[in-house]
Amino acid sequence: MAGRIPTGAEKLVQCLEHEGVEYVFGLSGGAAIPIFDALVDSKIKLILVRHEQGATHMADGFARATGRPGVVLVTSGPGATNTVTGLLTALMDSSPMIVITGQTNSTNLGKDAFQEADVTGITYPVVKHSYLIKRSEDIPRVMREAFHIATTGRPGPVLIDVPKDISSGPCDAPFVDAIDLPGYRVPGRAARAGIETAARLLGQAERPLLYVGHGAVISDAGKAVVQLAEKLRAPIVNTLLGKGAADETHPLHLGMMGMHGTAYANKAVIHCDLIMAIGARWDDRVTGKVDEFCARARKIHVDIDPSEFNKVIRPDLCLEGDARLVLEDLIPLVEPGDTAAWLKQCAAWRRQYPLKYAKKGGLRAQQVLDRLHHITEGKAVITADVGQHQMWAAQFCKTTANRHWITSGGAGTMGFGWPAAIGAKFARPEAEVWAVVGDGGFQMTMAELATAAVHKVAARCLIINNNYLGMVRQWQELFYENRLSGVDLEGNPDFVKLAEAYGIAAFRIRRPADIDRKLKAARAVKGGPAVVVAEVMKEDNVFPMIPAGAPVSHMIIDPPKRRLEKPVGST
Amino acid sequence: MAAPEPSARAGADDVHAISLYVNNKPGVLVRVALVFARRGYNIESLVVSATAEGSFSRMTITCRGDRGTLEQIIKQLAKLVDVVHAIDHTGDDAYETEIALVKLRAGLSERTQILQIAENFGAKVTDYGQESLMLRVYGASDKLDAFIALLRPYGLRELVRSGKILMVRGLSET
Repeated sequence: MAGRIPTGAEKLVQCLEHEGVEYVFGLSGGAAIPIFDALVDSKIKLILVRHEQGATHMADGFARATGRPGVVLVTSGPGATNTVTGLLTALMDSSPMIVITGQTNSTNLGKDAFQEADVTGITYPVVKHSYLIKRSEDIPRVMREAFHIATTGRPGPVLIDVPKDISSGPCDAPFVDAIDLPGYRVPGRAARAGIETAARLLGQAERPLLYVGHGAVISDAGKAVVQLAEKLRAPIVNTLLGKGAADETHPLHLGMMGMHGTAYANKAVIHCDLIMAIGARWDDRVTGKVDEFCARARKIHVDIDPSEFNKVIRPDLCLEGDARLVLEDLIPLVEPGDTAAWLKQCAAWRRQYPLKYAKKGGLRAQQVLDRLHHITEGKAVITADVGQHQMWAAQFCKTTANRHWITSGGAGTMGFGWPAAIGAKFARPEAEVWAVVGDGGFQMTMAELATAAVHKVAARCLIINNNYLGMVRQWQELFYENRLSGVDLEGNPDFVKLAEAYGIAAFRIRRPADIDRKLKAARAVKGGPAVVVAEVMKEDNVFPMIPAGAPVSHMIIDPPKRRLEKPVGST
Repeated sequence: MAAPEPSARAGADDVHAISLYVNNKPGVLVRVALVFARRGYNIESLVVSATAEGSFSRMTITCRGDRGTLEQIIKQLAKLVDVVHAIDHTGDDAYETEIALVKLRAGLSERTQILQIAENFGAKVTDYGQESLMLRVYGASDKLDAFIALLRPYGLRELVRSGKILMVRGLSET
């Protein structure tokens, strides 16, 4: 190719190589053909998916498993609109992702050309930033900026729309290394005065609590969280997405808080006199009724995104900065107060309200997940879909290492789990990766069984099959007089046969005695994916549960005997 | 013509005046508008104009609503990659002005009264027709409000207001 001016597409692919991209998850189409063509001569591996949504979740899973951005390449129009759910999922959970969409020739923009869609327009609310490339010489600058924006500060998805005449035309612009974004600032360390105030408040607290979110995962703040907790003698709780930042099996860790968190974690939330949010955003799943959330406790909020301050809660102190850097500056300054009585109380709650499930009366998801946790020695990367199985997995699969727990928290995107596992396995081939999915969510992206089979992706998929949209059924049972509507998944296929149709090894768990044997058999499958279908009891409910919009103190620990009021929270 | 008067300071929770310094690029206006729309916050006026540096634009936005929501909106505006800064100038020492064009159906019997009002407000007649008058007035927004209120009984045919623009006094940044 010496002497020839590269095409825009070739330049774009060179930029991807320049950014260290190994994999592109994509689905081709007319407007993107020049970019797919350029990939033929690249060392970047193209992973052809079966639906664009799958590509986005694979890239997202890749990103969350490593912290490196996941890259998606799709065509214009419907190809691009199929990425919208994945963009929302990544934005809500601050996941670094680059989505490159082919676009019709720039002369056709706005003229309803075939497969034309106003993709930047459609996606404005679901991206951290986006570009529509109008001049080929902008390609290197846009690519450098996109990766910078996606991966720094509070990470998020960046979309790049590339008209076909730009990707086919010549581009001899050089690579760009310098970033010139006057409107973009990446916070690092927090102001010293704030750190000193935080140290003072923490030292005064008798019942301090560290509330750890996804920001701590992203900034790899887990070690600092544990150091701070040990120095303060303070308990730790984490959000659904904060799982794994600090080892959930640490003696000071009370596990997950919030709507389906452990009772002892939520008891600590109710009774603490200081709560410190570390990379967490007081989500409604965590606070329940905001007015009553830790109403008498002091609140400290550490966040890299200042627009989270005073959004839901008005804290006593806000520290803007990277969670790890803030904690590292804070730890030397804190002087622990006397928390002995507080830790004793937390330990008593832990004994009094353990997570539990009945071990007889049929196959229960909790037992399957409990066994999965033990058989994998807590070392597997778990990607969970959305629903009851997700909450049970969050409860019973204690996460011991950072980036070992991946799920769609903010968006609650069903269909996320399985493709995210494929992406995570590409990112970390040495790791054992298990998707935990329900029969409802799995069917939204199950076409990616083909992707896993073709590329021999040795991820495992555990389908918790109750032939229901179980979480909605639970709400209807508890709050809507058991008037079931739109939840019965009659017509489900035989998932074992389905997997086998793709040439994938598949196992079925029918009774508790099968669990260990089948999980171990799936683990032993070499050189490709495996599917395990757990045919669990149809009607089972997730507890503890804080009804949506209710105060944390209204937590339901055991199955209620009476009918409950409809929740005031929307979801 | 009299020099326009500086506007009165805005109150604590009525109309807010926000100044944005933004990249001069397509799509920026949509991104800004979406932040307001998502929170159900109505924009009362919006002026986009050139700045001393060609690669940036100035947006001056007035809107009405509670201060807590606005504080959040401003932080979300500042978070946009294309927004260099977003400042709420409500209560700041800033010079504010606005232009209004007013068209009236004005018969002979009413003209004298209308022209008297115009003179009192320093308004200029920009079109003197057989059956109509066009007036241009500028100054603080509340002055324009008063002017328009006085003319309303004479039958406003058309009204165009530029929306408020403002600049902070002294060397502080707008």
